[in-house]
Amino acid sequence: MFRDTATVFSREFVPVLREPLNLVFSMGQPLLFLFLFGSLLSGSPGLAAGESAWQWFVPGILVMLCLTGPLAAGYSLLVELMGGSMERLLVTPLNRTAMLVGRTLKEFVILLVQAVLTIALAVPLGFRLYPLGVLAGLALLVVLGVGLGALSFVLAIKSQPSGQLFWVVTQMLLFPMMLLSGMLLPMDYGPAWLRIAGDVNPVTHVVEAERALFAGRFADISVLYGSVAVVVIAVLGLWLGTRAMRRGV
Amino acid sequence: MIHTEGLAREFRVRRQTVTAVAGIDLHVEPGELVALLGPNGAGKTTLLRMLTTLLPPTSGSATVAGCDIHSDAGGVRARIGYIGQKNSAGENFRVRDELVTQGRSYGLTRARARERADEVLAQLELEPLAQRKPGTLSGGQRRRVDIALGLIHRPGLLFLDEPSTGLDPQSRASIWEHILRLRREQNMTVVLTTHYLEEADRMAERVVVVDHGRVIADGTAEQLKNDLAGDHLTITTENEPDAGAAATAAARFSDEVAVDGLTVRLRVPRAVRAMPEYLRALEAAGVKAVTADITQPTLDDVFLALTGRSLRDDQAA
Repeated sequence: MFRDTATVFSREFVPVLREPLNLVFSMGQPLLFLFLFGSLLSGSPGLAAGESAWQWFVPGILVMLCLTGPLAAGYSLLVELMGGSMERLLVTPLNRTAMLVGRTLKEFVILLVQAVLTIALAVPLGFRLYPLGVLAGLALLVVLGVGLGALSFVLAIKSQPSGQLFWVVTQMLLFPMMLLSGMLLPMDYGPAWLRIAGDVNPVTHVVEAERALFAGRFADISVLYGSVAVVVIAVLGLWLGTRAMRRGV
Repeated sequence: MIHTEGLAREFRVRRQTVTAVAGIDLHVEPGELVALLGPNGAGKTTLLRMLTTLLPPTSGSATVAGCDIHSDAGGVRARIGYIGQKNSAGENFRVRDELVTQGRSYGLTRARARERADEVLAQLELEPLAQRKPGTLSGGQRRRVDIALGLIHRPGLLFLDEPSTGLDPQSRASIWEHILRLRREQNMTVVLTTHYLEEADRMAERVVVVDHGRVIADGTAEQLKNDLAGDHLTITTENEPDAGAAATAAARFSDEVAVDGLTVRLRVPRAVRAMPEYLRALEAAGVKAVTADITQPTLDDVFLALTGRSLRDDQAA
């Protein structure tokens, strides 16, 4: 099992090492948001008084990374399922669970690198680091990434053979979840129905928790809500994922 | 090498049960080269997917390479090679990287997996392509990569699902050359599916004809053609009374004689032997044959004789 996980991980990771620049390109959208949107926000008054706009904005971008990354992970699995390469691996004695864990592990490493890179880019802009907060924030982020990655794998498996379901769900779900989470703009001034919609969205709580953690506010109640949301997503993802792999693709 | 009993698989499609494989008993001995021949949708691929543990059967049992497909799927997987209909190499990966991964998947050490990767690259003349990604390869080259992936662990039993479909004649010939040579060198048992009649006819030592999820014929191509279709002699005469006399003379050679106007057609076991004798018999009876022709059957005639349908029609549809 451990060996097989390493095999799957290194299969997935070698192309990243061969073309490391792709790592940066795949961060394109979040980075664009960071620089363009963030600069815009930092000039506008009335945002979270006393703190720089970056302090408010960067955690949101990190969560965004966390949503778009796993999407691509599910997509790469979908392509392999629709082609013949997944079938080929399924005929080998490779452990079924290891196929999922190895892939998720790769997403985990990529996410971590991308998050650290984003933070490093944000520091010169005025983003203040609270070391313990950053560590806790990253930990939360990574758990979310693993959960979402596993969920997107399950979705890819269920979307066979046409793959249509994958697109429908990701397009219908991802954007509303992103917009309603207050990731890019604060929800505080929106109409009541919008705020309620935002509160139901688990991503909102993760974003809030990340903001509190990156500001070093460990005692904030949002940290608890966010952590619960993340753990639920991760457990659900890994459970559904291993089950789908066991049942055969 | 393969023993199945009543192996069957049903699918649920929009609340209807579709039987893809309806109880197949198949026995393949070590060293055989068996072609599963049948129209699209006959159940060949489903059968292969069950034998390779990709799909659990609805009922029935099978032992493959000495291991039960249900209780010891891992054992089956370790002992067989499988080359599916679609290309096996991932698009994002370099050919050699995929080969090393494949070796590792079969439990080889990293060093040994690299060695084997280089060996199969050489065997299939893929060395110049080792660092390329599949997207940049031609159809024939990609198929060779698939074969390399299937052979990395030197399996004793190799399954190929339509190995040459979609390739140009030259690539098809080259793929076959490789398969047959590697089979000799490694003493492999080979089971493949095809809907190319000529391919099954020329390459396979044993042809298993599958239709509607059942085995409807099993034997060498020669046997099947002799038993089920047979050679035909056709002659034409100058007038109808002559045709009648020719048909009478034909009764000595065959019990399947058909007259159609001036044409007489009879089925015989060996046409090349029967033709001179028949012509002499006609001369003795004072009948003048204007034309004489021999037709030898193809596997399509076998399929036609068995099902009343032509495999070629099916392909055109």
